[in-house]
Amino acid sequence: MGAIHEKYLRMDKLPHIWCPGCGNGIIMSSFIRAIEKLGYEKDEVAAVSGIGCSGRITGYMDFNTLHTTHGRALVFATGIKMANPGLKVFVFMGDGDAAAIGGNHLIHSCRRNIDITAIIFNNHIYGMTGGQFSPTTFRNKYATTAPYGTTDPDFDLVNLCIGAGASYVARSTSYHAKMLTDLFVAGALHKGFAVIEVITHCPVNFGRRNEFDTPADMLRWQKDHAVRTAKADMVPMEEMEGKFVIGELIKKEKPEYVEEYDRLIETVRKGDAHRE
Amino acid sequence: MGEVKLLQGNEACVFGALAAGVRFFAGYPITPSTEIANIFARELPKIGGKFMQMEDEIASIGAVIGASCTGMKAITATSGPGFSLMQENIGFAAEAEIPCVIINVMRFGPSTGLPTHPSQADFMQSRWGTHGDHPVIVIAPYTAREAYRETGRAVNFSEKYRVPVIILMDEILGHLRERVEFKEEDIVKEVNRKGPEAGVPFFPYEHTDDWIPPFANFGSGYRCHITGLIHDRTGFPTNNPEIVDQVMRRMNGKIDKHIDEICRISTVDVEDAEIVIVAFGSVARSAAEVVRIMRSMGKKIGLIRPVTLWPFPDREIKKAAEGKKAIIVPEMNLGQMVREVIRTIEGETPVHPLNRIDGELITPRDIIDFIEEME
Repeated sequence: MGAIHEKYLRMDKLPHIWCPGCGNGIIMSSFIRAIEKLGYEKDEVAAVSGIGCSGRITGYMDFNTLHTTHGRALVFATGIKMANPGLKVFVFMGDGDAAAIGGNHLIHSCRRNIDITAIIFNNHIYGMTGGQFSPTTFRNKYATTAPYGTTDPDFDLVNLCIGAGASYVARSTSYHAKMLTDLFVAGALHKGFAVIEVITHCPVNFGRRNEFDTPADMLRWQKDHAVRTAKADMVPMEEMEGKFVIGELIKKEKPEYVEEYDRLIETVRKGDAHRE
Repeated sequence: MGEVKLLQGNEACVFGALAAGVRFFAGYPITPSTEIANIFARELPKIGGKFMQMEDEIASIGAVIGASCTGMKAITATSGPGFSLMQENIGFAAEAEIPCVIINVMRFGPSTGLPTHPSQADFMQSRWGTHGDHPVIVIAPYTAREAYRETGRAVNFSEKYRVPVIILMDEILGHLRERVEFKEEDIVKEVNRKGPEAGVPFFPYEHTDDWIPPFANFGSGYRCHITGLIHDRTGFPTNNPEIVDQVMRRMNGKIDKHIDEICRISTVDVEDAEIVIVAFGSVARSAAEVVRIMRSMGKKIGLIRPVTLWPFPDREIKKAAEGKKAIIVPEMNLGQMVREVIRTIEGETPVHPLNRIDGELITPRDIIDFIEEME
């Protein structure tokens, strides 16, 4: 562990509960490097998480931290940001949080465009409960609730968020750790709601049921299947089959929610607001 | 004071909350509580407060708790189905000890039920709706004037005791408009949560003498961890049985420790009464009318009205019911509060339930007929 870990982690809460070979530690390291680059004070950062393996990240990081209910991290974070816009608010969710139980909050957060950075740990499985398939598990994969393979189709979270109107959407993997840091920084600096999907690996509850013998095999799979945005347009369609694009997928300016509401307050207080 | 206003029950809640310092509302439209959201949307920006219409009631209570973590006083309002949806996060607020207020304007259920008709069938849900042993305070006003004052008291209790407080209204009280003459005792004074003390080591879930730990708002420099997992005094998860036992007893016991301040009942002509009616909310309006009518006929009838429903005012009701011939408990449900009354009185006085579940108010006539038949 380096000085950066000692600066941003609650060292007395380690070791963490994540399994050997888990990708969550890589994401956490990438995140604290992003905070270091951004130069944010620890006191001005609020980190909010949901339930599951990813939800435990808030306990290990030395910020204002809130470990909420399953799928609801985004709405707690929305209340924090509205009430204290000076805080830099980050949300950590698993694929269960973001795509299943909290899917409604995800699409509405994209629509509202409040200045929060949401990081989705997509390991394609419910890890904490022992390996049940999630809305992002690919078809024909094995899980404890799919002992004969899944018949459910999966969500593409990036396209879901773009479709819901998100102003910043990016994706990377736990293999591309440096890129993760860059995307977290870019997401934080983006004025509005930023979603960063991290394709990560769960060797214990996904890998071993789906022909990945080691965590390294899963990282290799990420490396082989990720195509950078710059290259994606040049790769023939048929070669993109089964692969996914990483990098910034959308970045556009849209009115930010808190600023819009503050403007409304100003207009109302001046007595200028039009009322029906 | 001495001010006179024409106020709707729902409207009165809003102004009571604002007087107590509420500056954040998040909600979702639902009959018959919607006016509360409408009025907050109009009033909050005028004073620099924030109103949010969320995607559902789960999101609404979540945003309220989030706002409260930063120190802003926050409230939501809903009715039956929405109140059911909020239960998990109400449990979170109870467990993490985050101040917040939930107004439930009861409508007839279960399920979609009769959305525009009154009910009192959420009496038990308001206390036991979320899973696990948890503290909660529930207050039931019966006039627009009281809706103002008691919503203010609810906000102050939530701040003082770090607990979710529920205002239990019903469709009739929510929608009726009446003349309200504010008096000295209606003034809502702001109470703020206790913060960390300078120079004293700070633990966000300290077992203090008053059993209410100080709260460090997000962004105030303490960098606390808040979780719905059972946690020790530092705020971090533990499953050490000894500590779990201690924190559960403190968290639940903090309300009992301050029960004298929290419990409130109101009585009418109880002292010499032979028959006493125990009623809350809009049914208590009918019951008050019954006392007036029957007293004029020379009958010795009285009324006990719990204003604080939970914790149930056991001692106050036991004392007031002592030596009476009979107790009548009219409710717009199949008999919920009556169970608490029976438990409280412990077989000393016969207790008679009087119930209506047809979506209509229990009228003074219903109660008078019941008493006459009983005699």
